[in-house]
Amino acid sequence: MGIIRRTLEKLRSGLSKTRRKFTSSFRTLLTVGRKIDEDLLDELEGALIGADVGIKTTVRIIEDLRQAYSEKRIERCEQILGFLKTEMKSYWPQTDRSLKLAPAGPTVILVAGVNGTGKTTSVAKLAWLLTQSGKKVILAAADTFRAAAVQQLTIWSQRTGVQIVKHQSGADPGAVVFDACDAALARSADVVLVDTAGRLHTQEHLMRELGKIRRVVEKKIPGAPHEVLLVLDATTGQNAISQAQTFSEAIGVTGLFLAKLDGTAKGGIVVAIRDQVNLPVKFIGIGEKPEDIEPFDPETFVEALFE
Amino acid sequence: MFETLTDRFSKAIRRLSGRGRISRANIAEAMGDVRRALLEADVNYTVAKDFCDSVVEKAIGANVLESLHPGQVMVKIVNDELTSLMGPVDSRIYFVSPGPTIIMLAGLQGSGKTTTAGKLAKFVMAQGKKPLLVAADLQRPAAVDQLEILAQQIKVPAYCDRHGKDAVALCRAAVKAASSAGQDVVILDTAGRLHIDADLMAELRNIVKAVNPQQIYLVCDAMTGQDAVNSAKEFNDQLELDGVILSKMDGDARGGAALSIKAVTGKPIKFIGVGEKLDRLEEFHPDRMAGRILGMGDVVGLVEKAQQHFDVEQAEKMQEKLLSDRFTMDDLLQQFQAIRKMGPLGDIMKMIPGMGSQMKNMPALDERELDRTQAIVQSMTKDERDDPEIVDASRRRRIAGGSGTEPADVSELIKTFGRMRHMVKAFSSQGLLGGKGMFGKMKMAKQLGSMDMFSGQAQFKRKQRSKRKKPARKRHRR
Repeated sequence: MGIIRRTLEKLRSGLSKTRRKFTSSFRTLLTVGRKIDEDLLDELEGALIGADVGIKTTVRIIEDLRQAYSEKRIERCEQILGFLKTEMKSYWPQTDRSLKLAPAGPTVILVAGVNGTGKTTSVAKLAWLLTQSGKKVILAAADTFRAAAVQQLTIWSQRTGVQIVKHQSGADPGAVVFDACDAALARSADVVLVDTAGRLHTQEHLMRELGKIRRVVEKKIPGAPHEVLLVLDATTGQNAISQAQTFSEAIGVTGLFLAKLDGTAKGGIVVAIRDQVNLPVKFIGIGEKPEDIEPFDPETFVEALFE
Repeated sequence: MFETLTDRFSKAIRRLSGRGRISRANIAEAMGDVRRALLEADVNYTVAKDFCDSVVEKAIGANVLESLHPGQVMVKIVNDELTSLMGPVDSRIYFVSPGPTIIMLAGLQGSGKTTTAGKLAKFVMAQGKKPLLVAADLQRPAAVDQLEILAQQIKVPAYCDRHGKDAVALCRAAVKAASSAGQDVVILDTAGRLHIDADLMAELRNIVKAVNPQQIYLVCDAMTGQDAVNSAKEFNDQLELDGVILSKMDGDARGGAALSIKAVTGKPIKFIGVGEKLDRLEEFHPDRMAGRILGMGDVVGLVEKAQQHFDVEQAEKMQEKLLSDRFTMDDLLQQFQAIRKMGPLGDIMKMIPGMGSQMKNMPALDERELDRTQAIVQSMTKDERDDPEIVDASRRRRIAGGSGTEPADVSELIKTFGRMRHMVKAFSSQGLLGGKGMFGKMKMAKQLGSMDMFSGQAQFKRKQRSKRKKPARKRHRR
């Protein structure tokens, strides 16, 4: 329970502006006694689209609402908020939110995403979180492309006190991952966190490189990678759907890390991704420090949005 | 699945015109499609709404209904309106003398400031300036290293202080250093920050106070969603921006944020970043951006690219050959190589109207397929290339062996080539490719702007013809 309360507080402070804006629109929209009519539905649609939920998913939610209204499951305006909450919560069932760990031997977690979403910071946060729960973590600096990316991860490894496997800048990322897996087996580490280079999902050759990294891991440690996390910037709009699709095809994404949720962006795109690509959100990032990570909790997320 | 806006408009309006008069409400209905396209491109909800309202007003004034192809005219109005809203273009950097000219970059985390700083330095260098890159990002680990490495790559000095704590003091010292070293442009790479972070926003204001930059640019990710208006507005309110640089435009984001930002800040979009390499900074073109937001591709950009890489004379010779039946496998090879010079195939395809979204449904465009085709042609003798019909089973085996393919691949290519020749002949007899030729058309399209090329006659002619033919056939049956 402690963690939930803490999350709620963090999210509240982080999302204070978001919430104010989001709810102010909802609050003024859903005044007690207002008639449920087309105007109201239009305005609701606007609010959902404004949260980056996207047209397709918004239309679906509004249709559900319409249906519920015609079936008399909702009759009054003040019931709408509750209905939307339940609807959105049902998007993320309990089961697929935990991090899958290997039953024995090292767990490998691949972290990927487009440029500038916050992969390296998110890796540091995961390292911190896993270390907190007593795991021995090794970082693999597989972003050998961007200038100073290796240095950046090295600094994080020092700050979080975990080991790092790295090569020179410009080296083959596959080789880095190979060595990291070797090191994890030899030093009996619990988790290998692989920080890959940012790449636009439209760059086919870079996506193939990512596939190769995955295959190296698969060969080295049977059953790995156990998790493939796609880091999404909460400010990203509809393009995130295309990112989720392409990365899933290339490396079999298992979940999302929703970074930068401490701004005014609502991150509503994860609702659309859940709806259209069926990927769960596993973690959220709400700051620049390693401890600014929380497991994704749909209840808190939705509540923080609608509260 | 994909319908271009023109198609949708034409359909909507054709449907209506059958019923007689078109009213304000009818146009509004068709505008629903525009609104949807805008929202799918991440244009802010309110901005999209206002935009559509203003277009409806314009469209009614412009007598859409009396024109020949109302759908085309409507799309043109929408496109023009979008273009003028995002324009005018102003990608000049205003230098002061005596220098140094100070350019400050600001933006959210991960928007691409550091890379853009490197690109800008390279850009001003090309104008004969001597830039100094200043690593004022003291927050993110290794940000200083990153800028220093970029500076080395383009051989520009960088001002760094690895143990510095105070970005304001650092910037002040950097400007002083630039003056005494004779560097006439100073580019400040500030730390990424949230627009609601009061302390860090105050730091930016203090930098502005301390060094008084002549140009302040907001670097914004082209993939940004609805929140773009909030952050851009806040940065503009606090810093009084001079312009915006849109990064990561090489992805497939439609970039509606450009319109949103322009609408809330009124500040021009100066440049776009189109790749990770430091020479990938381009001027902003509102007309192309409009096409992209509406999902119509970038024909003008394609034509420009083609003109850069195609030799006009050669292209016209090729055109003649194509039409005169003297087109050989060698010419095909040459065409392939010319196209590939223009860049990755996927990038080119994306620029073709309608292809962008269609590509998702197509089997991945494989460059290796082209490699294979080239290899096959290169394994043919001169005689075989001139007249592929002489290729028999034995020759086929030899060619396959030489190119590392299967005999079936060889016959497939020859068959396709034959079909292509045939098709070209059919086309040219219809006069579709005649006269000015494909390349002439491209040039013409450039003058007319992307709209006219996009909704080129060919499409419409075909449609009308099929309509006229149908009743005739029926009569025949009876």
